[in-house]
Amino acid sequence: MSEFPIIRRTDRVLVQGMTGGQGTFWTEKMIECGTTVIGGVNPKRAGTSHLGLPIFGSVADAVKSEQVDVTLMFIPPTLAKDAALDAITAGVPGIVILTEHIPSHDVLEIFAAAAKRGTKIVGPNTAGLVTPGAGFVGIMPGHNSNIFKPGRTGVISRSGSLGTLICLNLTRAGFGQSSFVGIGGDPMIGTTTKDALVALDHDPNTDAVVMVGEIGGGMEEEAARYAATMKKPIVAFIAGRAAPPGKRMGHAGAITAGDAGSYAGKRKALEDAGVVVVDTPQDIATALSHALKKKSA
Amino acid sequence: MILNEGDAKKLVLAPVGINLLHGAICATPGEAAAAVQQFGRCVIKAQVPAGKRGKAGGIKLVSSAAEAEKVAADILAMRIGDYAVQGLLVEQCAAIAEEYYAAVLHAPVERATLILFSAEGGMDIEELAATKPEAIRRFIVRTPDAFSIDDAKSMLAGLDVDIAGISDVLVKLYQRYRQTDAELVEINPLALLEDGRLVALDCKFILDDAATYRQTELAAAAASEEPTMLEAKGAAQGLKFIELLGNVGILANGAGLTMTTMDVVKYLGGSPANFMEIGGDAYTKGEAALALVLANPNVKSLVVNFCGAFARTDVMAKGVADAWKVLKPDVPVFFSVHGTGEDEAVALIEKEFGVTPFDFMEDAVKAAIAVTK
Repeated sequence: MSEFPIIRRTDRVLVQGMTGGQGTFWTEKMIECGTTVIGGVNPKRAGTSHLGLPIFGSVADAVKSEQVDVTLMFIPPTLAKDAALDAITAGVPGIVILTEHIPSHDVLEIFAAAAKRGTKIVGPNTAGLVTPGAGFVGIMPGHNSNIFKPGRTGVISRSGSLGTLICLNLTRAGFGQSSFVGIGGDPMIGTTTKDALVALDHDPNTDAVVMVGEIGGGMEEEAARYAATMKKPIVAFIAGRAAPPGKRMGHAGAITAGDAGSYAGKRKALEDAGVVVVDTPQDIATALSHALKKKSA
Repeated sequence: MILNEGDAKKLVLAPVGINLLHGAICATPGEAAAAVQQFGRCVIKAQVPAGKRGKAGGIKLVSSAAEAEKVAADILAMRIGDYAVQGLLVEQCAAIAEEYYAAVLHAPVERATLILFSAEGGMDIEELAATKPEAIRRFIVRTPDAFSIDDAKSMLAGLDVDIAGISDVLVKLYQRYRQTDAELVEINPLALLEDGRLVALDCKFILDDAATYRQTELAAAAASEEPTMLEAKGAAQGLKFIELLGNVGILANGAGLTMTTMDVVKYLGGSPANFMEIGGDAYTKGEAALALVLANPNVKSLVVNFCGAFARTDVMAKGVADAWKVLKPDVPVFFSVHGTGEDEAVALIEKEFGVTPFDFMEDAVKAAIAVTK
């Protein structure tokens, strides 16, 4: 039984777009890391094999002979909607969409179809999911044991690069991770900060949560309302404090206009909910030690 | 991308028959005068992708061609917000009975579309939402293309307005939102004229940047954004670069890490000179990126902060080293490098720059700030 968006070694992963350069590179890393990759999808190479795994013409074809728990999409933006609808229609329970710059109206159609089928989606524009010691799906250095170590802290991040740095800092301070949930930098995403928080709250392997947010949108505020009900300690860092208003900071979602989505508003919402908000990534491990001690005291 | 009002009315609203006043998009005072000659008493409106045009003096009533010529020349010479005025919209005056608000936009938290209507239009919707939220009717469309006249009527039920007429406008507005890959289409005000017609007096339209490849006509009509020269150069090379006022140059990968590097520079008492990220598909463009960061004469020191997930730090570090040999900058550089390709990247930096990267980015930032003081 899959606990998506927490990835497990028992999750059977199908890679849409596995035969391309990035698809090949990252699929090899995922397998090396222990992920159960069962095959790939490429309509032009159906029936062949790649990396010793079968290539199917579609997700619909793959599920005829294979159980698929998760698909991972290495698919360009213009083809992403059809690829996602293929996976949703085939009944795959979890989809990870790495693609950035998918037209937002295509994303609306993907989410509407997923809601009808009960499909869970992570992304678009996510770097993926990592469970140290068990495997990963995405474009994260899940195979690098200096960065990811098994442990009991859950990490949620919109950003892959910053999320990686945070996990590195945690590992160096002796905090391994139960699971890393990369949710993606787009304004509209399938798994929100709150959704990931709920999953980690219910995860028996997680004792505490580190939340890596960004300016823009209302996701941290929504998550704060849930955080207020949680017993597990939460430490947060919000990127974009120094960003000038009205400028998109790389991620389409990271923009502030007036007070909406501002650093100050997010920080206040989280602190009011009992979340410890730190000023720099280096402070996270110390804050986490204190928060855990306080809880056990 | 944003369309100026006149273009949004012509390209987004007119094709589905949403009523507009008689008017003309004008580029010169002469054209504005000719429009007033034709339509009589008119409003001249600055075309610029900024709000508060009226308060800034960019919207004026004129009664004669001579007056129009003078007012048009004044408005064309203005800057409003961050922008030079890009043109004029000259529209015939009409007798207004009531002003409403209508909009269709993305609702990220609901992962759906939000339709808004208020019988109290004319003002800023954020202000109305804050002071009188009950005055705004909302409807969430969860299934794309499933917003019907009956949905619109149910949304407006009980309001003392022309429900049939406004429902028709809302459904058409939603159709255009879908057809044009809009993030937002807003009519504020939607006016009820004394003759009973519903007319869009203003229109705001935001096109999804990711959909410009299939909305070429709208993309070509988009308002100019006025990036700085260096920002424009960055955009032309597929690099997200924003110039800031400080003196600590920043080169990092990924939006989240780059923002964080800026934040830490500011938090530790320094002042960032730029936002420049070379993550994602841009991670091979280290050389071009560095050239842009160093082209800013205010840069006194440089922080290079890489944490490779998808992006390979060895490739990025080689880009920086190669660019350094070409540019030969007289600027001290402070590295912090972790993640994918780290061992090769650190070895390369030690060889080419004779320094070992800082273990923590905070220490690299501290050192970079220290030399600017």
